[in-house]
Amino acid sequence: MSTTSRPRVGPLATSPGPAPSLDIDALLDDRSTGIIVCCGSGGVGKTTTSAALALRAAERGRKVVVLTIDPARRLAQSMGIERLDNVPRPVVGLRTNGKGNRRGGALDAMMLDMKRTFDEVVESQATPEKARQILENPFYVALSSSFAGTQEYMAMEKLGQIHADAQANGTYDLIVVDTPPSRSALDFLDAPERLSSFLDGRFIRLLLTPARGPARLMTAGLGVVTNALNRILGTQVLSDMQTFVSAFDTLFGGFRQRAQKTFELLQADKTAFLVVAAPEPDALREAAYFVERLGEDDMPLAGLIVNRANPVPGGALSADEAMAASVRLRKREPTSLTAGLLRLHADQTRVVEREALLRSRFAAAHPQVPTAVVPALPGDVHDLAGLRQVGQLLADG
Amino acid sequence: MTEPADWSRLRLHVVTGKGGTGKSTVAAALALGLASQGKQVLLCEVEGRQGIARMFDVDPLPYAERRIATGLRHDGQQPGAVHALHIDPESALLEYLSMYYKLGRAGRALDRFGVIEFATTIAPGVRDVLLTGKVFEAVQRNSRNKGAVRYDAVVLDAPPTGRIAQFLNVNDELAGLAKVGPIRSQADTVMTLFRSPRTAVHLVTVLEEMPVQETADGIAELRRARLPVGAVVVNQVRPRDIAPADLRAALEGRLDTERIATDLEETGIDGGADLVPGLVAEARDHAERRALEDAQRAVVDGLDRPTYELPRLPGGVDLGGLYELAAILKKEGLA
Repeated sequence: MSTTSRPRVGPLATSPGPAPSLDIDALLDDRSTGIIVCCGSGGVGKTTTSAALALRAAERGRKVVVLTIDPARRLAQSMGIERLDNVPRPVVGLRTNGKGNRRGGALDAMMLDMKRTFDEVVESQATPEKARQILENPFYVALSSSFAGTQEYMAMEKLGQIHADAQANGTYDLIVVDTPPSRSALDFLDAPERLSSFLDGRFIRLLLTPARGPARLMTAGLGVVTNALNRILGTQVLSDMQTFVSAFDTLFGGFRQRAQKTFELLQADKTAFLVVAAPEPDALREAAYFVERLGEDDMPLAGLIVNRANPVPGGALSADEAMAASVRLRKREPTSLTAGLLRLHADQTRVVEREALLRSRFAAAHPQVPTAVVPALPGDVHDLAGLRQVGQLLADG
Repeated sequence: MTEPADWSRLRLHVVTGKGGTGKSTVAAALALGLASQGKQVLLCEVEGRQGIARMFDVDPLPYAERRIATGLRHDGQQPGAVHALHIDPESALLEYLSMYYKLGRAGRALDRFGVIEFATTIAPGVRDVLLTGKVFEAVQRNSRNKGAVRYDAVVLDAPPTGRIAQFLNVNDELAGLAKVGPIRSQADTVMTLFRSPRTAVHLVTVLEEMPVQETADGIAELRRARLPVGAVVVNQVRPRDIAPADLRAALEGRLDTERIATDLEETGIDGGADLVPGLVAEARDHAERRALEDAQRAVVDGLDRPTYELPRLPGGVDLGGLYELAAILKKEGLA
């Protein structure tokens, strides 16, 4: 997967400077922003960020739907989407009387049910008879519930559907999409490609090739292959596979077309990608790859959000000085409160310095990327008030 | 847990955790801790990310076992070593075929016809059987793999908590696909090792609500799948050197600021007028986080598993940091 190396893209020579700041409110208020996609590697707070952006946009007067993938239980409950039914549900408790808020906004939220989305696509594309055949096939069950990339692909599929509906009846003017918690942020963009290249795979084509005409030559080789597979997997596997592939064949075209359309939707100007990261080397490395990849694919990048930044400590005291003083105090009085505070200050300063260095390195390599820095909250976010607070921090960042 | 747990009989340590909790770091530190006791340890990764190479600052790993860290020799004792293996399903399948089937022509044909790609992408069941099958092979070295190193322990940097039970429970995953045949019996053998007392699944968490909740869910899921739950490793713990009474005072905004100012003056610190209010604000923030951490720590204790703690390293994790964490795991008794 990521073993293939891709060239880095950057200014090649640059003098360091601060990153331009990301104006979240301008982005949310801009009526031409129709889709916001939040990407990033796992564990960086994508879901919370998407929900917070969606709430803020709604309270500022946009008609928003947020598509989340796997929200924390309490957050889902507070948004009224603890049931996985693949339908957007209205979120109650919006506030319109805050500063900068406007009336007329609304927020719907939904949690993606990957398997159901896939089933619905099959049902909409095939005759009921054929759909049933496909849905019951063990290979389909495996593909729809755990194929690496199905979740990403289905998130895109659902985005395409919601977008088409919104266009048709004006239900929403902004769609916020959370992306699946993969280790690599690139998985989201690679998923449709992976699925369609899989469907185009040589072996699938072979299974579909009738044993006559010029294909005869190939079939000789195929015999060896089939024998080997039967020996390893058992005979029933191959016949299941064949049934699945031939039943699915008529759908391939439709699938590719839909994936292509969604990909174009993501490239459109009304889409804005926000790359979410934590101030950690791995997360920022993923963010860097993603930013570069968006450029290559002509996808509109709006900016970088650095979540969970540690707050800058007050006072002008270096970590080393604080540590030395802490040790001196401890010698005199082992339980000294001031010594503990100084040790804390030293730790905090070191963390903040490291984060600042990581961010400035990112900015040097990607000088064009507007950035918002969101300080770490002490607790988890599990209600609208918490989301509102995150939204405010995003706007302040 | 009152009695210290004994992990010395384990041959396979599976390390999982929610994204961002540092499971790969803990897996690496555990491997180092075990190797530091003179053992030959294999550290495996299965997610195609080359995280091991990055952590140990070595070249990207191929599908072959490489020694990546050796201990220092002292007292004439043979030093232990950490070896690493990057397992990808395609290579695992080809190796499996050549080891068990001597396929020759058919093996090459499989690759040419795209079957290898097909088998490793379509059915994650097959994919996971191949990945876990290789881990199994490394734990239970037999005569088929001539000249291979025999390891005292294998540490697996496994997929995240949300997927771990599914990943290890290859039997169930395959159930719908292959009901008979060699792949199926391979899955059965692998399961026997995973469910044996020679295996334990350790869960890494940080003291925040979501990761702790996921850890609890993960443990329940592992138990349902009858997989052996090992330790809980609490990672990135904040320093605990401020007394509880002072933390309470910090929360309530009644720290003795004059005392702090005097202390600072006496140690010759001049951090400007902002320093004392700055320290007090930091203390308050810290106290708030510590209170939340303590609440989550109580939840972790309720999980009733042996628990180990690793500190947050302010400078980040590099090779030196890994050694430091390894020493802690060794001292605490996990390694």
